[in-house]
Amino acid sequence: MDIPEHLKYTEEHEWLSLDGDVATVGVTDFAQDSLGDIVFVELPDQGDKITAGEPCGELESTKSVSELYAPADGEVVAVNEAVRDTPELVNSDPYGEGWLFRVRVGELPDLLDAADYAEIVKE
Amino acid sequence: MSTPSPLHEVHAALGASFTDFAGWNMPVRYSSELAEHHAVREAAGLFDLSHMGEIEITGPEAAQVLDYALIGKLSAVKVGRARYSMLCAEDGGVLDDLVTYRLGEERYLVVANAANAGVVASALVERAEKFDATVTDRSTEYALIAVQGPKSADIVRAVSDADLESLRYYASMPATADGIDLLLARTGYTGEDGFELYCAPEQAQQVWRALETAGEPHGLLPAGLACRDTLRLEAGMPLYGHELSAQLTPFDAGFDRLVKFEKDGDFVGRAALTERAKQESTRALVGLTGTGRRAPRAGYAVLGPDGTTEIGEITSGALSPTLGYPIAMAYVSAECREPGTSLHVDVRGKALPVEVVALPFYQRS
Repeated sequence: MDIPEHLKYTEEHEWLSLDGDVATVGVTDFAQDSLGDIVFVELPDQGDKITAGEPCGELESTKSVSELYAPADGEVVAVNEAVRDTPELVNSDPYGEGWLFRVRVGELPDLLDAADYAEIVKE
Repeated sequence: MSTPSPLHEVHAALGASFTDFAGWNMPVRYSSELAEHHAVREAAGLFDLSHMGEIEITGPEAAQVLDYALIGKLSAVKVGRARYSMLCAEDGGVLDDLVTYRLGEERYLVVANAANAGVVASALVERAEKFDATVTDRSTEYALIAVQGPKSADIVRAVSDADLESLRYYASMPATADGIDLLLARTGYTGEDGFELYCAPEQAQQVWRALETAGEPHGLLPAGLACRDTLRLEAGMPLYGHELSAQLTPFDAGFDRLVKFEKDGDFVGRAALTERAKQESTRALVGLTGTGRRAPRAGYAVLGPDGTTEIGEITSGALSPTLGYPIAMAYVSAECREPGTSLHVDVRGKALPVEVVALPFYQRS
């Protein structure tokens, strides 16, 4: 299970990569592996205000539907159009081409580092 | 604590993801369930179905036991052939759907869904009481391996001496595979030609490896339960707990043809089913297709042509890997059952347009 050291994580199996006050958000390798082949992704739109802990999208695999939870309060500044057309990017490259959206965050909630997240996944 | 399959180590070595299924720990996928699904449609897939229950009925009145216990006429099945039937309660509710192989004049093997294996075994024991026959639960004595797909005959031929030309669909024969004695059946749950091999658990790994090796040049992939579900859905086959339940009769699910009222003697459920057969169905099991990539899922409400009135419920649904659009099965009000009827599905608050279609969604050419 790939858990890159330089990213931050949520208990909802999302990762964040911070660049100033903009966070790139995706789901973890563990999440994509648990979901199976992802066939549909619903993302917030650019300009949407999202609230930490609230659903802001959906990931649909052949077997199931999972909500995507906003990892922080903020405004969506970019959306990965490529995963809308090619949802399998989330499976093949969850930390790279499979990123989901970018959000300009105000105050960051408490996030997990890679070691803490690895503990959660182990259970 | 769930039971591991006799093939657990093989699956683990292949990197399978596992799921708990009816008390068993079974492979849900090896790498990609979509790739596994396509392999079964285009080449072949190798499945471990050792969770299924096998119950043997032997004795001079074995046929009479099954005529009494099931809704079908199993006494009419020739030795070497198999039949799809159902076990019903007195009130006509479906307790399980099953495949029965006639192995001899006085010997049958009933194969039950894992979740219902206990119910089926005890019902058969109870229903056999007045007959000269013995019911034995042999579930722990069989591993079950399936090879399904257009290349399955080539693959089985490579490891078995069996004359596959003479083995028709829904038939079985004693055979060997890689030198191991087993029961070879031409049955399956994928909508493709395919084989099911019933063997001793201790020998399952050898049979699996032989099939895997023989299948490799044909594009065979090990295939998990996730793709088994999308394959059977495309083929319009019911899954117990979704399209079938103890609250539904065979008539509700459209399996009128399986209820053999014309057979001699009583059978469990006859009175209730006779009454039920006289009534008009108020609902029907139908196929639905949609557009886009978003699939109706089990439990979602089906809405009428107006997009607001609830007229039914989805029992199974997925984005069809073969067809590329969403497919589902649903119970809907009888007046909405005609193919071509435009309906909607409430997909998490959005009314998704769907159309009623005849089942199956997919049929092999």
